[in-house]
Amino acid sequence: MISKKQVPRISSEQVEHIAKLARIELTEKEKGKFSNELSAILDYIDKLNQVNTKNTESIQQITGLNSVMRKDESKHPPIGEAGKLLDGAPDKKDNYFKVPKIFE
Amino acid sequence: MKLDNLTIESAHRGLIKKEFSAVELVKFYLNKIKKENKEINDFLEITEKLALEQAEKVDDKISRREKIKPIEGIPMAIKDNILVEGYKCTAGSKILENYIAPYDATVIKKLKEAGAIIIGKTNLDEFAMGSSTENSAFGVVKNPIDKTRVPGGSSGGSAAAVAANHCLAALGSDTGGSVRQPASFCGVVGFKPSYGMVSRFGLIAMASSLDQIGTIAKNVEDAKLIFDIIRGKDEMDSTTVANPKSQILNSKQTRNLRIGIPKEYFSEGINLEVKEKIEKAIRGFEKIGAKIKEVSLPYTDYALAVYYILMPAEVSANLARYDSIKYGLQEKGKNLLDQYLKTRAKGFGDEPTRRIMLGTYVLSAGYRDAYYRKAQKVRAIIKKEFEDAFNPPSGEAGKIDLIMTPTAPTPAFKINEKKDPLSMYLSDIYTTPASLAGLPAISIPVGKVGGLPIGLQIIGPQFYDDFVFDVAQIFGQLSK
Repeated sequence: MISKKQVPRISSEQVEHIAKLARIELTEKEKGKFSNELSAILDYIDKLNQVNTKNTESIQQITGLNSVMRKDESKHPPIGEAGKLLDGAPDKKDNYFKVPKIFE
Repeated sequence: MKLDNLTIESAHRGLIKKEFSAVELVKFYLNKIKKENKEINDFLEITEKLALEQAEKVDDKISRREKIKPIEGIPMAIKDNILVEGYKCTAGSKILENYIAPYDATVIKKLKEAGAIIIGKTNLDEFAMGSSTENSAFGVVKNPIDKTRVPGGSSGGSAAAVAANHCLAALGSDTGGSVRQPASFCGVVGFKPSYGMVSRFGLIAMASSLDQIGTIAKNVEDAKLIFDIIRGKDEMDSTTVANPKSQILNSKQTRNLRIGIPKEYFSEGINLEVKEKIEKAIRGFEKIGAKIKEVSLPYTDYALAVYYILMPAEVSANLARYDSIKYGLQEKGKNLLDQYLKTRAKGFGDEPTRRIMLGTYVLSAGYRDAYYRKAQKVRAIIKKEFEDAFNPPSGEAGKIDLIMTPTAPTPAFKINEKKDPLSMYLSDIYTTPASLAGLPAISIPVGKVGGLPIGLQIIGPQFYDDFVFDVAQIFGQLSK
């Protein structure tokens, strides 16, 4: 069902732009593949334009619950103590996550 | 000692009568998994140490003549996107290949307290994204009924594990059908609760307005038993609902059950033998006096399109957390941006990448109203359409108690059969509507087509989870 159109709806350049926003590096081959696949999916999604939603409110939740809060207090014992959470970090120093430099 | 054909109930009896010990029961399953997992690939990790420790505790209790609870000593499998403290939780992804869970998910905490034994973590489509479990970074899962076919997905490992008798029950997660569709393909029972019934604290998030943890078991009673343990409000998941009105089926309703058959679920694209078999199964309810009524849910046709906007939008936000800093894979780059780009390119497989990109696109500047907001509106219409079917505004005349449909349009398809993403997405066409409306739905096996199991889906009104189970149990009794 892949779109066979000459010009896909989402061009390779657009794919490149989206991938950059999503922070994923793509190869040239992948850009072409996603251009075709995303275009075909969007063509399918277009059927929503047949639905009249002029007088419909957009749904925010489906259970009737709204803005549920709990008290801002620490749990004793804490859930997943700091040490255990830090154990999962690929790069750390003392009790800190190590992050590469942001400014050159 | 015959352990081949146990259910939770018969295993419980066996433990009490000392026909076998909890350790023997666990060892039976461990050996079976070790022997058969190479081929079926339903388990990513066996939690042997934990399982044996838990089993010894149960045996101690039994030897002290203490009473044991219904699921105490019962070996269960857990989908590998649910955290079990101290064990790897990969979500089927390279990006979490070495991630070790620092705490127990709420459902795991509850299962452990009830004495259930965690025997292993099951394979899944990467980040629960898929309908065949072919998208796992750790290999395809095979359907135990026919090993040339897929087990369905994304909880394919959990459904295969129950079908292959590698455990007595399993947990899965269902966002658009990921418990029900694999249950249908593997010939087991799969239940997706109403949204808000079960805490997702400790479930690796995919699409948070849809994700629910569900149960997979050999029969309806067992699926209910596990659901009753994991349900309930949890302050760590603010979407859980406190004591929703729990409706059960009374004897008057049983005699006057009104079943709605939406014609949209039996039209285009359905395998004709599946259609026949499902219709016959539904007619079986006439034996107890049920009235069967054809209904129309015309917006069903748009559910999949709504799903493939909202779900990827939420995916793109939820998977932004895999940043190579806090946990998971890290690929060094020349600066932070480069590190993000390289880590996420290497860590995510095709399907998560595709969905992150689609979600990023539908939320990006200039497209948000046309896609995301539009889909939110159609979701409201779909929810209203179900509500009106269960409770028609015009009065009692057209009222139905529940809806019955096929779980999937076909039985299990062949491995590698569906190559383009859209045709794979279409296999969720009957399961996404209940997900979008937050409704409880169960898939129960109702026979075979060409030697392959198929499932009947029963959808109930919101929070009528117990009611859905009651009706599913009636079906079991009818077909005996």
